[in-house]
Amino acid sequence: MKTGPSVFVGPVMRKEFRQIRRDSRSLIFMIFIPAFLLLMFGFALNFDVKHIPLAVVDQDGSRTSRELVRKFGTTEYFDIKAVVDKSADIDGLMAREKIKAALVIPDRFSEDLLAGRSPSVQFLLDGANAMSGTTGAGYAAAILQSYSQRVTLEAMGRRGLGGLRIPLQTQVRVWYNPELRSARFLVPGLMAFILMVILTTSTAFSIVREKERGTMEQIYVSPLRPAALIIGKLIPYVLISLASAHFVLALGWVLFGVAVKGNYFLLLLTMVLFLISGLGQGILISTITRTQQVAFLLCVLTTILPTFILSGFVFPVRNMPTVIQLVTYFVPAKYFLVALRAIILKGVGLSAFWDQVLFLAGFAVFILALSVAMLRSRGEDGRRRRQVAR
Amino acid sequence: MSEYSIEVKSLTKRFGDFTAVDAVSFEVGRGEIFGFLGANGAGKSTTIRMLCGLLDPTSGTATVGGFGIRDEPEQVKKVIGYMSQKFSLYEDLTVVENIRFFGGVYGLTRRFIDARLPWILGMAGLQGRERSLTRTLSVGWKQRLALGCAILHEPEIVFLDEPTGGVDPASRRRFWELINELSDRKVTVFVTTHYLDEAEYCNDIRLIHAGRIVAGGSPRELKAEVIRNPILEVASRRAVDALEALRKEPWVLETSIFGTALHVSVADEAEGRRLVQERLAREGIVPDRIDRIVPSLEDVFIHKIEEPVGSKKGGETAP
Repeated sequence: MKTGPSVFVGPVMRKEFRQIRRDSRSLIFMIFIPAFLLLMFGFALNFDVKHIPLAVVDQDGSRTSRELVRKFGTTEYFDIKAVVDKSADIDGLMAREKIKAALVIPDRFSEDLLAGRSPSVQFLLDGANAMSGTTGAGYAAAILQSYSQRVTLEAMGRRGLGGLRIPLQTQVRVWYNPELRSARFLVPGLMAFILMVILTTSTAFSIVREKERGTMEQIYVSPLRPAALIIGKLIPYVLISLASAHFVLALGWVLFGVAVKGNYFLLLLTMVLFLISGLGQGILISTITRTQQVAFLLCVLTTILPTFILSGFVFPVRNMPTVIQLVTYFVPAKYFLVALRAIILKGVGLSAFWDQVLFLAGFAVFILALSVAMLRSRGEDGRRRRQVAR
Repeated sequence: MSEYSIEVKSLTKRFGDFTAVDAVSFEVGRGEIFGFLGANGAGKSTTIRMLCGLLDPTSGTATVGGFGIRDEPEQVKKVIGYMSQKFSLYEDLTVVENIRFFGGVYGLTRRFIDARLPWILGMAGLQGRERSLTRTLSVGWKQRLALGCAILHEPEIVFLDEPTGGVDPASRRRFWELINELSDRKVTVFVTTHYLDEAEYCNDIRLIHAGRIVAGGSPRELKAEVIRNPILEVASRRAVDALEALRKEPWVLETSIFGTALHVSVADEAEGRRLVQERLAREGIVPDRIDRIVPSLEDVFIHKIEEPVGSKKGGETAP
């Protein structure tokens, strides 16, 4: 028999695997760059505020004031970097970034405290970085608050009111990420981000390269269906990027202690759906571009920015204006991220995020269907071939 | 089934305001070598792309292997082979891997491809190089391998778009021998070229200029019909000066430069020789020789494309 089965996915797939295997650069790009990026971002993108350099101006110099200073020194949030005499010295230190905060304890601090007057303690903060500034102020307020509470209770005790208690006791417990480490929160986001960028770019390139070489045209004149072409290209890339995703996952566990709490097969399912979305986006881009440069630009624009800003990776989606929130529905990383955090950090079941998986599957189908339709439409091709035809 | 492999009726392709192919009609007989000749940008590739289903025509119809290019593009794809001017092969695949891939894309079984493999390798002269990466092959080899991949599935009709571009003369000759073999096996070969000497190998030719077919027929017919006036080849080292002097003379029907010689079309051979010598003598030019020549297709082509421009000679020579 001359012709085999009418589905010709096999030859495309085999060819794609061979090409990827021979092109060591793109293989490295797909497997090692994600891991490398995780390493870079994972350590650099740190929202934890700890070890804030602090200067202390203790104008009182009493046992009580030293005790307060020690309270600051013994937490991991502040490191006492300087002890100065005058509050005027703080200016220079803060300007030179030697310190980020300063504690000023006034003269007669212990005297006022004992006398039952309320002395003021000044806390100065570098607010240039609003985020770490706010966090630092919070820590300082908490330390001062608890100190103040103790002093009050002690004073009451001295007056024979020892049985008195503070009326409200708040007990805060943080779930899923008890130490509030931002790495836990970031690793799933980074995974989505890195995979999206790498995948979209590498698939877009693999097709645009064929256009540049003219092999695409050779395929167009063959009876191969556009859908078979796309699926044949998709399968090798999905498999390779799955390997890459596992690599990133392992690295997240080893370096950042982010272990998968939930069901692994659920994770695999959402990863495959997400990878197909990313690859589909790459194919879509390749159908409307002719050169690798333009394709790269479009990939960067449609993956890096939306995945970073609009997915909820860094900024919560619900805080965005309504219009922007609507745009986020076209960012597959948004669904992936919710599902990923649910599986990895919370270890919850499908019932908690089934809608996200559904959206992700919908997006994957939509983008693939669009790619096939775009590949099929020769009209577009014709208009773009104009220069060549001339 | 029709006696023709390809039938084209007023096929037109417009890109915006630009008409790349303007109401082109022709037929190609089964097993013929059909040459589609024209300069770059004349509309050759656009026509071939419409026939292969790569471009939709703006208007007009065509059938390829009995199937309409608009209604049955999938049927058309099965009966044609196509080789583009870039010899589109995967440079990072080996010779055999390329052959297997293109065979697979045409849905050929592994057994069928295996059986065809020795023939393709022999035809392309690639025995012993089966495992070489395609990028390491010379242009001539790539060209023959591309042809092999295009005819792997034994198509009835083969479209070759400028197949000999950038290929050395020896490889070009060998390639045309392959085309002849295909034709002997009743495969229709539709070939575009701008090398006019290659057109001599074709059974049937169309000259296309600015999207329109300006002449057609076998090479012999074209020469006999189109060029009725004698053509003198005037060799001189001062060919450019000679061209300037002669082109303004009313008795010179057409003249053009071919290297260090001029081709001058005149009404009568003896009279023409005398006039050329006289005129050139006035410029101080003594031609090395003046010979009457058999017109080449190049002469035909220049004659045909200068005609519609309405030069002063045009009216006098038009049949």
